[in-house]
Amino acid sequence: MKILVCISNVPDTTTKIAFTSDNKEFNKQGVQFIINPYDEWYALVRALELREAQGGSVTVIHAGAADSEATIRKALAIGADDAVRIDAEPGDAYFVAEQVAAYAKDKAYDLVLVGKETISYNGSLVGGMLAEMLGWPFVSLATKLDVANNTATVEQDIDGGTQVVECPLPLVISAQKGMAEARIPNMRGIMAARTKPLAVVPVSNASKLTSAESYQPAEGRKACKMIDAANMQQLVELLHSEAKVI
Amino acid sequence: MATDNFQAPDYYLLDELLTDEQKLVRDTVRAWVKKEVSPIIEDYAQRAEFPKQLIKGLGEVGAFGPYIPQEYGGPGLDQVSYGLIMQELERGDSGIRSTASVQSSLVMYPIYAFGTEEQKRKYLPKLATGELMGCFGLTEPDHGSNPNGMLSNFKDKGDHVVLNGAKMWISNSPFADIAVVWAKDEQGVIRGMIVERGMAGFTTPETHGKWSLRASATGELVFDNVKVPKENLFPDIKGLKGPLSCLNSARYGISWGAIGAAMDCYDSALRYSKERIQFGRPIGGFQLTQKKLAEMITEITKAQMLTWRLGILKNENRATPAQISMAKRNNVHMALTIAREARQIHGGMGITGEYPIMRHMMNLESVITYEGTHDIHLLITGYDVTGISAFE
Repeated sequence: MKILVCISNVPDTTTKIAFTSDNKEFNKQGVQFIINPYDEWYALVRALELREAQGGSVTVIHAGAADSEATIRKALAIGADDAVRIDAEPGDAYFVAEQVAAYAKDKAYDLVLVGKETISYNGSLVGGMLAEMLGWPFVSLATKLDVANNTATVEQDIDGGTQVVECPLPLVISAQKGMAEARIPNMRGIMAARTKPLAVVPVSNASKLTSAESYQPAEGRKACKMIDAANMQQLVELLHSEAKVI
Repeated sequence: MATDNFQAPDYYLLDELLTDEQKLVRDTVRAWVKKEVSPIIEDYAQRAEFPKQLIKGLGEVGAFGPYIPQEYGGPGLDQVSYGLIMQELERGDSGIRSTASVQSSLVMYPIYAFGTEEQKRKYLPKLATGELMGCFGLTEPDHGSNPNGMLSNFKDKGDHVVLNGAKMWISNSPFADIAVVWAKDEQGVIRGMIVERGMAGFTTPETHGKWSLRASATGELVFDNVKVPKENLFPDIKGLKGPLSCLNSARYGISWGAIGAAMDCYDSALRYSKERIQFGRPIGGFQLTQKKLAEMITEITKAQMLTWRLGILKNENRATPAQISMAKRNNVHMALTIAREARQIHGGMGITGEYPIMRHMMNLESVITYEGTHDIHLLITGYDVTGISAFE
């Protein structure tokens, strides 16, 4: 089975998020980047498990500049066979989906896996757009995936429960918690990653459909105001006039 | 123990001096320690038991013989990566780092450096995975800082030698499958050999009642007329140079490991100082606490720079034993001082197993003594700068 896994590059979860002075761009200064956890822990690891059980290959694909190669090498260290970097700053979801579709369309993949969303922009869009561009089915928010007889059996979250879907290959699946258990690479994998192929491909014709105009950080959590238990009147007043919830 | 919220301090942005691969190595071991070591280590230390189940994981993650070339089953990493692995393991616990240090620098290194091709092929790949565990016998009950006075000896009996003697304070000895043992031949020349568990007359009694390295197994090696086949001897290495070159490699790793313990203490103390309220404000706002924290991060930063440079020298085969002594001595003392100061910042909580402080502090009391004591390393530096030996 030939599997393609889309990985994106996101700030480490402990990063203090800051923007440039005009609030138009995320300030990357001193930020550690990691593979988007949904892409790494669930999509990539499940792809590797399927390859280990059934044979085939796992390719990771990423749209980003050369400085993102450290994250790509980590995916190779965890076990992907080879990698592709589309040499471009990822614009918006449409841009990324179109790049991946252009690369994947004539490569005969059986399965494309993406994480359910990035933990940076939380767009959740690339998987669906990519499926449409490839003309393949798309199953989102998958928690379990098995493949047999050219058919994928997928469990996905739905409101209040789960649904089991069957779908012939090829298809695009977005993965989330439950799909697999995160793998820690090892030193042999890290050394092997040195020599695994990492192809850099140029951008194909594509344009962004959207552009970010400005960013506003979320307001920090406010201090807790303690009211004397005997003073119910003051509590009610504050809930009404300050918190404006009653 | 509470959740492992460790965040590594990097005050001088030293990450920028590391390659992407070195950072990946470090982050990998850090993730492994958070997943496998932190949740269980306090319990094992309290019960004075070595968590044997970690051996397989240590082998898989690549902590055994990181710089041993791939043709002998190692990953073939550079010396900075080896140091970073030791740092992260000791951030978890000095005992776990000791197990990996011994396996890597005191067992795999001598077999790789001094062993025959057959010995390398027979032992190294299995030592790299942890399928075989090793220990190192140099120190004796009456010969610690002065190993040259050792009494262990062997006699040539044709196709084998007969080994007699006893070794003490041997990490991993209670469960080791093989021991790299240093003993004198009939001419009084120190030679090394590989002794295997199961050889008649070879026993490994465990040392009990330690207040330090409680999650690591320590014991003796006792040789009572043990017949060791001649093919188990290292063919060419003679004299103290053999064991001392192993110690050089181990001490180098310890100089990184100590930073791990120090970083864990500092990180915990920093977090605690912001959470603990006294006199209506976090104790981190008081000058005496800030003095402690500021001195800690200063010393950690200096130690990080020292080991990074030492790692580069070691990669270039230019690190001298005296330079390694300086780093081992400085960094272990630095870590022990920080552990004690961090204990004060944690107040009473610092003595409990809720925090890693007291465990690190007690562990470091061993680390400051083993692999060359604090004082002996000072004399090595003294000898190096004056050219006059203070030992004899």
